Amino acid sequence: MSEHERLRVKKTYKLYVGGKFPRSESGRSYPVSSPDGTELANAALASRKDARDAVAAARKAQRPWAGQTAYLRGQILYRAAEMLEGRAGQFAEELADATGADPREALGTVEQAIDRLVHYAGWTDKYTSVLGGANPVGGPYFNHTTPEPLGVVAVVAPQDDPLLGLIEAFAPAIATGNTAVVLASEAKPLPALSLGEVLATSDLPGGVVNLLSGKVSEVAPHLASHADVNGLDLGGVADAGLAAELEAAAAETLKVVRRPGRDGGALDLLRQWTEYKTVWHPAGMAAGAGGAY
Amino acid sequence: MFEYAPAPESVRPDIKEHYGLFIGGEFVDAEDGAVFKSVNPSTEEALFTVAEAGEADVAKAVAAARRAHETVWGPMSGAERGKYLFRIARLLQEKAREFAVAESMDNGKPIKETRDFDVPTAAQHFFYHAGWADKLSYAGLGADPKPLGVVGQVIPWNFPLLMLAWKIAPALACGNTVVLKPAETTPLTALMFAELCQEAGLPAGVVNILPGAGATGSALVDSAVDKVAFTGSTAVGRAIAKAVAGSKKKVTLELGGKAANIVFDDAPIDQAVEGVVNGIFFNQGHVCCAGSRLLVQESVADEVLERLKARVETLRVGDPLDKNTDIGAINSAEQLSRIRALTETGEGEGADVWQPACDLPERGFWFRPTVFTGVQQSMRIAQEEIFGPVLSVLTFRTPDEAIAKANNTPYGLSAGVWTEKGSKILWAAERLRAGVVWANTFNQFDAASPFGGLKESGYGREGGRQGLEAYLDV
Amino acid sequence: MGSILSGAEAASLVRALPGVDAVGLEARAAGLATRSVKTTSKARAIDLAISMIDLTTLEGADTPGKVRSLAAKAVRPDGDAPSTAAVCVYPSMVATAKEALRGTGVKVASVATGFPAGQVPLDVRLADTEAAVRAGADEIDMVINRGAFLAGDLERVFHEIKAVKAASGDARLKVILETGELATYDAVRQASWLAMHAGADFIKTSTGKVGVNATLPVTLLMMQAVRDFRAATGVQVGVKPAGGIRNTKDAIKYLVAVNETLGDDWLSNEWFRFGASSLLNDLLMQRQKLKTGRYSGPDYVTVD
Repeated sequence: MSEHERLRVKKTYKLYVGGKFPRSESGRSYPVSSPDGTELANAALASRKDARDAVAAARKAQRPWAGQTAYLRGQILYRAAEMLEGRAGQFAEELADATGADPREALGTVEQAIDRLVHYAGWTDKYTSVLGGANPVGGPYFNHTTPEPLGVVAVVAPQDDPLLGLIEAFAPAIATGNTAVVLASEAKPLPALSLGEVLATSDLPGGVVNLLSGKVSEVAPHLASHADVNGLDLGGVADAGLAAELEAAAAETLKVVRRPGRDGGALDLLRQWTEYKTVWHPAGMAAGAGGAY
Repeated sequence: MFEYAPAPESVRPDIKEHYGLFIGGEFVDAEDGAVFKSVNPSTEEALFTVAEAGEADVAKAVAAARRAHETVWGPMSGAERGKYLFRIARLLQEKAREFAVAESMDNGKPIKETRDFDVPTAAQHFFYHAGWADKLSYAGLGADPKPLGVVGQVIPWNFPLLMLAWKIAPALACGNTVVLKPAETTPLTALMFAELCQEAGLPAGVVNILPGAGATGSALVDSAVDKVAFTGSTAVGRAIAKAVAGSKKKVTLELGGKAANIVFDDAPIDQAVEGVVNGIFFNQGHVCCAGSRLLVQESVADEVLERLKARVETLRVGDPLDKNTDIGAINSAEQLSRIRALTETGEGEGADVWQPACDLPERGFWFRPTVFTGVQQSMRIAQEEIFGPVLSVLTFRTPDEAIAKANNTPYGLSAGVWTEKGSKILWAAERLRAGVVWANTFNQFDAASPFGGLKESGYGREGGRQGLEAYLDV
Repeated sequence: MGSILSGAEAASLVRALPGVDAVGLEARAAGLATRSVKTTSKARAIDLAISMIDLTTLEGADTPGKVRSLAAKAVRPDGDAPSTAAVCVYPSMVATAKEALRGTGVKVASVATGFPAGQVPLDVRLADTEAAVRAGADEIDMVINRGAFLAGDLERVFHEIKAVKAASGDARLKVILETGELATYDAVRQASWLAMHAGADFIKTSTGKVGVNATLPVTLLMMQAVRDFRAATGVQVGVKPAGGIRNTKDAIKYLVAVNETLGDDWLSNEWFRFGASSLLNDLLMQRQKLKTGRYSGPDYVTVD
């Protein structure tokens, strides 16, 4: 037997972009510590180019993802919940390290996160009928409205709720057929980066969710101004001045913006990242019905 | 051809020489005494003068609206609010012809349209939303959804009364009070509507109307309103979105478009041609959702174009008050020069221009219906909103190419699809990036049907159950 | 003029026609119906409409006296009003009508081919036609075999029309589609083209004997068909809406549709007709109103 205690193999925390786990293209990383100052790991420090790559990956994945049946999207989200459940212990540990929470409390949070994924898995084939419907127009037309995904949604995830809050932010977006670029909690990114491993093994196509770690002030402005991003969730932007700047940058291409501090139920979140499409078609056939001439 | 003798509309509305701002239920002049003239674009004659609201007037109107919201309109039951809206709908129907003629005089659009479309559809909007006022808890937006408070609304000149109805009816039904700025070239029917509110006994301050130009609009956006609703250009919409960034103000924007009208080779050709004509020449093409790009499958392009030109030859351009006029006056000298400038770029970039032979009146602002063929995707006339009676014709070879070209624009307001094949319609409708897809029809509107765009065409919907979201705290 | 097509060729051409969107067609017709035709245009339209009427009586109770009365009205409806285009009667009345109209320029049209159902053997229909022509009919209004058409036997319908065309000799052939029984606009378009390919000189909407007769959308559709047929073949065919057009307002809507769909080339009784009986008196009353400024009444036009 060795005289040494076995050296633990530490994980390198990398980004999750397009179904792959790249380091930051900039080659940079930053140290991540727990609230008590214990050094946990070095996380990749995403650059604007990582943000650009993530948006490109999300765009590429969006049309096929939205084109999947709602039933299949639901099964894939449920599969992600299954994968997370299998690793609940690991996530509880990471979450406790990240937030300083009591491990049992952290496990409870992980379980809630799993349940939220299950919840949104069940929404994929229901929100369309709940939010949309047939419209009784005053003419010979069939008219119906359906919610459709916005496209690519960029999410600045909550800073203090690094797993549950992050899942709560992106799950409604992808449940409705959007793809997401998610900037994890700046100081507590590790649970999010590990979540990438769960997503990668849950049949979720690469690019549907892309996870970045880094500085909000550095990365978020590039997401906010990116012309190929359609929605922007500022939930995790603590600095009101920065939030206003990001919203103004997003206005350049008229992105849909969710401001910080907004509460809302699941349906509100599902609605946030959809746009209604209304389709008209004439309804009529008989020549005999041609009016009284 | 047998010529139709002039068939002028005989009703004449009572247009006053001067209108004030409508604040707190009264017509008042601007604090700084500013006034401007509204011109009949078909004669270039001034119709009336009207007070121009400045910052102080905006503050006064918002305060009046706030007071009305806190003391009367907010506390009122939905059922009672609804009854006011029903009453407004009925009054609009009773005075429909006067409103129609006034709209044609102030805007330049043909009486055929104001009479058969603008005014009846405006009345329908009030009637439809009146019924929602006591049923908001069934709208799928929560058990007891609350109004936002005071809403600032800025509307364009292309459908002055109808856009007012789209804005005011849902706002009031949801329990908000409003301050609305009509477009500077078309304030008349909004002011007549203010008189109608007085006649309906609507509590003072619930509706405030502030005529003015861009400065008035931007003062309203910056004022103490809880929400801004805007219909107009993408450039202004962008400025508004920036102006409210970081505030608590909720925003909905209905902006520009460059809609594609896709005609497949298996389309019902005669109806498609009608739809293309209606798509671009309705309201002189002053329509954000106009089908300004015709995408026609190459195999039927010649046939469609030949029929299209023959049909356009029958369009009658002229006096908006003649019941047989199909295309009226361009709304303003400024808009006319914008249309001219853009069409000149089309010729400059090598597209072939075609116009029917038709006489135009000597005075007023006029533009012949225009069809550009040989248009390429990269030309400005294929990319930029012209907002006039100008159609750009492009061709495609396969369904995938049609969708790709249709979607290849920063806008996403509307689209048209023409084919007899049901599965192709559904396939195309799913892929088109547009808030409204008209299949085998075009330019249909209804109070029960949500309208609004994607991407740079804005966000939020107007009409239908989904339109209520814009005016409730959800 | 005989068709150069075989029945199978005609049938396959007809089946390949583009579809008709009912709502769009009706919307266009409704749009045309909003045209406001006033004063001098209205006066012109009224006289034009009078000149396009096939003044019709098709009753079991028709007698030579009734037909002579109608013929007199057709020639000189009222004062300086123009004559109608034709008088339209059953074959048994053709000789009487011919005699009454000799030298007037007003044509004699005869329904034939077992009008209105056409449910008699082809040889009987042809004999009916030949008899009418022999008696002096200038125009033959035949009915198509709707049963065969609805059963999908387009070739049979085509051959029957060709046979009637041959039997009609020099008389112009109006082919009645009985659009109310064809039920759909697609079928009306197909029947229009089938009839034209088979040699029709006119296509006509209705017999006036079924529940749904001429409507503006159906007639507009048929106008589009003759327009397109001429563009494709160079052959011009006329259109005749019949049944249900009772007043001036309605007639003017049809003229507006001709004006804006077909133009000058069809704006004469050579190429457009109204199959009507009571329409004439309404046109005459409106004509009097325009002249005098006073509304007229039924006692100021003749009952024939």
